[in-house]
Amino acid sequence: MSVDREYTCRSISEGVGKGDVILSKDALCFALVEAATGVVLEKGHDLEGRSVAGKVLVMPTGKGSSVVQADGLYRLIIHETAPTAVIIEQPEPVLVSTIIAMEVPLVDTVEAAFYAAVADGDHVVVDAVGERLVLRKTGAGQAGAKP
Amino acid sequence: MELTSLERDMLAGKHGAGVALAMRVQVGTGKAFYAERMVPITRAHVAASAQEGDVYWVTRLVDLGARCVVSPTVNPSMDLKYVDEHIHALAGEGRERVAASNDAYRRIGATMTLSCTPELEKNAPAFGEVVAFSESSATPYVNSVLGARTNRESSISALCAAVTGRVPEYGLLLDENRRAEVVVDVEASIADDFDWSLLGWAFPMKYKGCEIPVFTGITERPTPEGFVQFGAELATSGAVAMYHVAGVTPEAPTLEAALGGNAVKARVTITDADLDRVREQFSGEPGPIDFAMFGCPHLTIRQVAEIAALADGRRFAIDTWVLTSSLTRELAERMGYLSSIRRAGGHIIADTCMDIPGCWDFAYNKSGVTESPKCAFYCQVYGQRYAVRPLAQAVEAALTGEVVK
Repeated sequence: MSVDREYTCRSISEGVGKGDVILSKDALCFALVEAATGVVLEKGHDLEGRSVAGKVLVMPTGKGSSVVQADGLYRLIIHETAPTAVIIEQPEPVLVSTIIAMEVPLVDTVEAAFYAAVADGDHVVVDAVGERLVLRKTGAGQAGAKP
Repeated sequence: MELTSLERDMLAGKHGAGVALAMRVQVGTGKAFYAERMVPITRAHVAASAQEGDVYWVTRLVDLGARCVVSPTVNPSMDLKYVDEHIHALAGEGRERVAASNDAYRRIGATMTLSCTPELEKNAPAFGEVVAFSESSATPYVNSVLGARTNRESSISALCAAVTGRVPEYGLLLDENRRAEVVVDVEASIADDFDWSLLGWAFPMKYKGCEIPVFTGITERPTPEGFVQFGAELATSGAVAMYHVAGVTPEAPTLEAALGGNAVKARVTITDADLDRVREQFSGEPGPIDFAMFGCPHLTIRQVAEIAALADGRRFAIDTWVLTSSLTRELAERMGYLSSIRRAGGHIIADTCMDIPGCWDFAYNKSGVTESPKCAFYCQVYGQRYAVRPLAQAVEAALTGEVVK
């Protein structure tokens, strides 16, 4: 029987999103994600070939030039292939302003116990209004997002 | 973050829904970076792009009633008239998007410079001025060469700043974050603008951190063009938004001043071999080429003059495009450079970027020559194979139709 566990976080872009977790060791640029499918195209990226559509994306930070990040995320939203929420460790100016403008929930400063517990495929509710995460262990993946 | 009563009113929608939306993005960004307050800006530059996401954002803000209180200059997209007359009649969605972008930016109150070198003409900040600049090649120039202050703004956040007239105070706006932590000993000989391009690409290849670097061992001040290209390559190969050159840039009269008491986190040496590796990486294959593309970032009048002098009385063997601002193109016409380049069969096009979809189809999946590693890097997505050479050599290649080793 699975038990829900709660963790604290800090809200950067308000809203509530939920879905299965997809963990990335690498920063992601949304311009290098295929809009029609949500599949990461960037060569050598931790998530290359996997889809972020409808997922809660957990990654260290964002990357990409002043323009392409916004266009990339916008196209994912139009195609309904965007992540439902994003959890980061380090804010980065271009990512932060892009995500707030495109109204995707974004949190950081998540307590360390979350990273120790979470695995690919677990279900998470990101409440970026109440500043809390609710984790349900369902994933088959290995726990421990932080290498 | 502490907001003034005016700022609280803006956020609450008392100045309209568009202003409130812009403020929401900025307050959220300020929160993310633990900014304590917002500070006024006196200039802004928006890296407008005519991409879908960008057109969506500017249209949304302006349709919600937002207007810029600080009129921003904007990045290039496409000179539709020139493209119609000399390349192809751009049809459908691409044409509509360029027109929609220009229309929305004009309505929101932008100054339609359509150039990626605002810091050289029409929007040059002074020392210490707080600004919001979002073109990645302009940002390092503004911070490092001019000593004005901007964070690495996105096109979204820079437009918000233009609408609200302020930015959250964090990062490079604060003295303590502008000092160097990495020392770069330049042992390579740096003789011309192209060497600055190579140096700009080489440093992030050797050091991946995001601390501010100070370059030492430079004995001669680069030209403005050398500085522009240096910053463009630093921001493409890495994500450098500020650097110092000891004894040259204004916040680095000495190495010690650039460090400002910071401990040195890392020391990096750049040798001639490092520059040669970059030269080799971008050298391309010797042999015939299909086209030549100059001006990423947009060329200055001195560079246009150099091309005109080399081309005068000769003919380009291949399609040759010189990209610059409308002001520089106008000046080139007055100076006779435009005529020289046209008589040689070349084009000078204003307001246009080499990385704008729907414009350069004739050059897709072809081989070309350019002076810009940044151009070669970004235009790979169009299947373009570039040989990168110093400007004079690249112009010679355009005249003969062939790059030499």
